[in-house]
Amino acid sequence: MAVTIAKERWTSKVNELVLGAEPNAIKVGGDGTLPFLFFEGDMPNRPVVALEVCDMEPADWPDILKDAFAGVLGDPVAWAKKCVEYGADLVCLRLSSAHPDNKNASPEDCAKTAKAVADAINVPMIVIGCGVEEKDAEIMPAVGEALAGKVALLGCATPNNYKTITAACMVSGHSIIASSPLDINLAKQLNILITEMGLAGNRIAIDPLVGALGYGIEYAYSIMERSRLGALTGDKMLAMPVICFVGQEAWKAKEAKASRDETPEWGDQARRAILWEVMTSTTFAQASGAIFVMRHPDSLKQFNAHVAKMMEPVKY
Amino acid sequence: MGLTGLEIFKQLPKTNCKDCGQPTCLAFAMALAGGKVSLDQCPHVSDAAKEALDSASAPPIALVKIGTGENAIELGNETVLFRHDKRFEHKTGIAVSVCDTMSADEIAAKVDQINKLVFDRVGQTHKVNLVAVGNCSNDAGKFVEAVKAADAKSVFPLVLMSEDPAAIEKALEITAAKKPLVCGANAANLEAMTNLVKKFDVPMVVKGADLNELAALVEKVVGMGHKQIILDSGAREVNKVLADQTQLRRQALKKFRPFGYPAIAVADNKDTFQAVVDAGVYIAKYAAIVVIDSADPADVLPLITLRLNVYTDPQKPIAVESKIYEIGNVDENSPVYITTNFSLTYFCVAGDVESSRVPGYILPVDTDGISVMTGWAAGKFTPEKITELLQTSGIADKVKHRKAIIPGGVAVLSGKLQELSSWEVLVGPRESAGIASFLKQRWL
Ligand code: B12
Ligand code: SF4
Repeated sequence: MAVTIAKERWTSKVNELVLGAEPNAIKVGGDGTLPFLFFEGDMPNRPVVALEVCDMEPADWPDILKDAFAGVLGDPVAWAKKCVEYGADLVCLRLSSAHPDNKNASPEDCAKTAKAVADAINVPMIVIGCGVEEKDAEIMPAVGEALAGKVALLGCATPNNYKTITAACMVSGHSIIASSPLDINLAKQLNILITEMGLAGNRIAIDPLVGALGYGIEYAYSIMERSRLGALTGDKMLAMPVICFVGQEAWKAKEAKASRDETPEWGDQARRAILWEVMTSTTFAQASGAIFVMRHPDSLKQFNAHVAKMMEPVKY
Repeated sequence: MGLTGLEIFKQLPKTNCKDCGQPTCLAFAMALAGGKVSLDQCPHVSDAAKEALDSASAPPIALVKIGTGENAIELGNETVLFRHDKRFEHKTGIAVSVCDTMSADEIAAKVDQINKLVFDRVGQTHKVNLVAVGNCSNDAGKFVEAVKAADAKSVFPLVLMSEDPAAIEKALEITAAKKPLVCGANAANLEAMTNLVKKFDVPMVVKGADLNELAALVEKVVGMGHKQIILDSGAREVNKVLADQTQLRRQALKKFRPFGYPAIAVADNKDTFQAVVDAGVYIAKYAAIVVIDSADPADVLPLITLRLNVYTDPQKPIAVESKIYEIGNVDENSPVYITTNFSLTYFCVAGDVESSRVPGYILPVDTDGISVMTGWAAGKFTPEKITELLQTSGIADKVKHRKAIIPGGVAVLSGKLQELSSWEVLVGPRESAGIASFLKQRWL
């Protein structure tokens, strides 16, 4: 009995975002279908993984994470090189030291660190601030200038600081991460504000502020599915690839942090913790995530193995 | 599902005889479409019309039951492609497999382990659902022994995984009363298997070599009079399963009848880590049953958590009652924690208070079931509401001190709260996991 395959005819595509400068540039997005449904459209670029580097030794990382970067945690340049060795497509530098509660590092110091890291590696960079909106607005212009020509992805822009960060991206040729808390209209609004300043839509990545498996993953999952459907049906202000900061969320979860002694009924901690980070990511990949910022090299390896399989097209 | 009043009206006698209690046939049709009356209230409707209306109003995916008693499960009745369209109805049944090449003792031990795959999350119990017994040996006798061993131990219904009708028949003679799932029929054994499941009245998986063969086989099974069907497109690699599961769901919603049944996916990737990841994809993408090999809680906990999340009704967050909760042997000196009544938030805090080993009181503010930061941003977790709870809950009679610990994420509330409530406000850690070390520094 011949079954008539149900195919949707999508009218639009996700923007293709270029990260990094030749010869090391990579592309994300460009999808003309729901994730991995090659029978009805193209998915020209696979989801990519950035490993996270902090500009100061992280205080709250569990040992399983720290062990993977033993010896380099105090040195962002060495740490970034290690990430590249582990196979990261990108390095995501987090400028925690800029936080007023930490070192309150100056824009110049942040720029110096960012430049030192970028010069030491041959993969594209993501640079995010410390999460304090005003401070991030202060440091990003300097960081952007120091990385001019590197075509980095800078963030995270919010309605309160997007102006300076957008301007920094425009002046120095970078792209921007636009963050909005799990709300499709807020995401659109911010994209409109940014594009109205003159930054092209294909230089924006949407950050929906995802939660981890067990901690609100379902909200982000549905927001991402809805924005992909919007993108495919012609909404230009939702046609941006999605970046998921999975590592910071997954490694906060009790399921990743609790040792086997604390929770014997949950099994081996390392396996459970890596699965937490990987399954948060692979679930978002099904919902349309394009850039995944992770922390553990094993997570990267497992995620890539899974994605390689998913990228083998099935057609009817 | 979803027949309009006019579509129903076309099938009625159109005599307006009022025997149904409605003024006209059209009024009856409208009431039927709105679910306010049932078709049998019209005594004059023809058999042909009845059948047409019944099948058109049947849900796009049939409901199938497996097992008996408290661990029985229901699958199917799904109505949407995306959870945001409404919600997913019947959560994926997780089956953990044993193999008949294992000894009876090994099977008993693994089933024991499976029975223990029960987890508390957000105040609810979540567990796996089925034990799948595989006929890996291809030997009917060994299969029956394995089924006996599993049946003796398992608290969950069984999936009988053999394509040999002789083996299935013997297994059903032992277990049919507990309504196991037979897995199942294929092109080669279709008639024999269908006759068996009809005789024993149990559900059955129908496996095709591809979607086309599957549709043809299902029609045959239905033609033979069996409708308790679970679909298997035969795909085993994750990319193919995703494509097939998507087709099955889409076609079912388009009312392509052969695919109007729940579907099973087998996560048998040789790489045991990837098998868990694949199973996660199947839970998110439409599988009604997923079969895994691992009984390791480190593998099963993420799957169960994912299932809980994906199947949560997007329209209503799970909330707990706003009242005083006592964790451990509290007394008048025990600490008082303020949080929100989003159940995830509450149970994070409750779990961490418990593991701090210091008894404590938890007061969740009614934020309509949203989290701390969301509640704060939405104006539902405010100094006013916290004050009200401190004053009306009766906590002041339970403790001698006047110190309330608030989540670190809302440190900004502390001044106003202190002023309004005249309780001393201690700003706790951002994550409730930090409560134990916070107590050491600030409380004890
Ligand atoms: C899921 C989510 C939602 C869901 C709500 C789900 C729900 N039932 O709560 C939805 C989509 C509805 C939503 C909506 C909004 N959200 Co929201 N949301 C999130 C998200 C992704 C996760 C929240 C969550 O569930 N966390 C898990 C729970 C368990 O965390 P928690 O309650 O904070 O509890 C932890 C700690 O606070 C602590 N803790 C809790 N209690 C206590 C008590 C004590 C004593 C101690 C010591 C510790 C402690 O321990 C817990 C475990 O670690 C976060 C971002 C993120 N990744 O965290 C944003 C976030 C909370 N949302 C935010 C915002 C702004 C909103 C909106 C106002 C925006 C909008 N879209 O309009 C709306 C408001 C909704 C409304 N009007 O009702 C912001 C808040 C920003 C801020 N700092 O004010 C966040 C932080 C995102 C961001 N970075 O911008 N959101
Ligand atoms: S009983 Fe049947 S035929 Fe008579 S009015 Fe009602 S619907 Fe029409």
